[in-house]
Amino acid sequence: MIVANRKPFEEIIEMLKPYSKILLLGCNECVTVCATGGSKEVAVLASEIRLYRQKEGKPVEIGEVTLERNCDPEYVESLKPFIHDYEVVLSMACGCGIQFVGEHYRDRLVLPAVNTTFYGVTEEHGVWTERCQGCGNCILHKTLGICPVTRCAKSIFNGPCGGSQGGKCEVDRDIPCAWHLIVDRYRELNMMDKYLEIQPMKDWSTSRDGGPRKRVREDLKI
Amino acid sequence: MVNEQGRWSKEKGEGGLENMSTQSNLERVLKSGTFAVTSECGPPRGADPEVVKKKGSYLLGYVDCVNVTDNQTSVVRMSSFSACLVLKGVGLDPIMQMVCRDRNRIAMQSDILGAAALGINNLLCLSGDHQKFGDHPTAKNVFDIDSIQLIQTVKGMRDEGRFISGQEVKGKPNIFIGCVENPFADPFEIRALRLAKKAAAGAQFVQTQCVFNVEKFEKWMEMVRDLGIHEKIHILAGITPMKSIGMAQYMKNSVPGMDVPEEQIERLKGVPKEKVTEEGIKIAVETIERVRAIKGVAGVHIMAIEWEEKVQEIVKAAGLHPRP
Repeated sequence: MIVANRKPFEEIIEMLKPYSKILLLGCNECVTVCATGGSKEVAVLASEIRLYRQKEGKPVEIGEVTLERNCDPEYVESLKPFIHDYEVVLSMACGCGIQFVGEHYRDRLVLPAVNTTFYGVTEEHGVWTERCQGCGNCILHKTLGICPVTRCAKSIFNGPCGGSQGGKCEVDRDIPCAWHLIVDRYRELNMMDKYLEIQPMKDWSTSRDGGPRKRVREDLKI
Repeated sequence: MVNEQGRWSKEKGEGGLENMSTQSNLERVLKSGTFAVTSECGPPRGADPEVVKKKGSYLLGYVDCVNVTDNQTSVVRMSSFSACLVLKGVGLDPIMQMVCRDRNRIAMQSDILGAAALGINNLLCLSGDHQKFGDHPTAKNVFDIDSIQLIQTVKGMRDEGRFISGQEVKGKPNIFIGCVENPFADPFEIRALRLAKKAAAGAQFVQTQCVFNVEKFEKWMEMVRDLGIHEKIHILAGITPMKSIGMAQYMKNSVPGMDVPEEQIERLKGVPKEKVTEEGIKIAVETIERVRAIKGVAGVHIMAIEWEEKVQEIVKAAGLHPRP
């Protein structure tokens, strides 16, 4: 899933200063699973903003809507009948959703209420960690299921670096060293000889470095 | 060497210690079988070349080559390239350090050509400390290629006359290739294997992380010898004199991948305050003697951090002066 964090309340309030009619938009997908921007979080943020603005003597009208998906035109178009009743949209969807809604309604600004952070998993209840960077050229078969591009702070292909200690990364003692995990897997699977293979340089052109990416399936186009 | 499957094998072959021919003074010394001495010079946080010259003057005649760090601990300093040229001007043979943190493959290859063009004979390939530790923690890092791939890059440019892209290098950079390894980082079991990968990639000398725990270093060297790596790469043990008890404690507790035994800190605590630095130097000299006795150790790399003026004393006390 795409994991996001809500922006600090002060930052949100600052963005909303010029507006008094706000559409607060949530998403039922990733941001709901990571408990950042689903209908529950939309309701909580709406109440916080209302209370704050009331106290300030500048009350606001907030509409609360949570779309099934913000990254799909079918759902984004469902905003059409009422989006113009509001001066601005404050979105709790991920960065994709925020942009996509904005592209559909060019006469309305869509402000971000979240910081979109990473592609991750729910490691335990209330804990999400990063697993993938979408580099476009997966090597998980070579690194036995652990991604060094994402999980090594230096994206090293022939690790671990000299800062790995006690299984932890030099950057943060709470972060597992990706290469320590990979070496553990080599050992568990009796494949240590594979460790000696020098991994080749990565072709980053499939990653963001090659420019914004696009995927087309001609057979699905209407 | 790497066999057809890209695996390390124990047989000697191309890239072994017998085929060297750069202008590097370190290569000359190592090739002659003399116990080598290198040291380090951290460039200043400013544009004054006199600082570099002064540091260099402490080392002239006492070391075979001097490393010039590349924005170490991710703190902005005068570029390694420029400080190398300043040191070359005072008669030292510099080892330019290059980290993968700040440059992509285009900039790295360009700087390798530039360094070779201006007479820099040695390049040390490292990953680099993460920018989190430095003075610009909000910077973006690069890590386009890793240190082992950087070694391959230099070797490819020098021996095959090819850039990473496969295109021809017109005027090959004749550079002696170095790397680093930390015998004290984890997982310990792969630390010798990782050096094997670096040697296979083309590294000709290695400077290790500071050796404080000599027993562990001996164990690592045993693993290195079992794999025959010491016959393919010159191994220089890292030596750092402790300036103070505070420094020893900081190294022990706060520097990632550092192994400082408690006994060494106790030893510094056991002498009168005014004798601590002397004791620190004494430990460094003893460490040099101990690592020198280990089969496969070809030299020492003395990292006297912001204490370059003490290198002469250490080299003399260890009986390593004059230099060949």
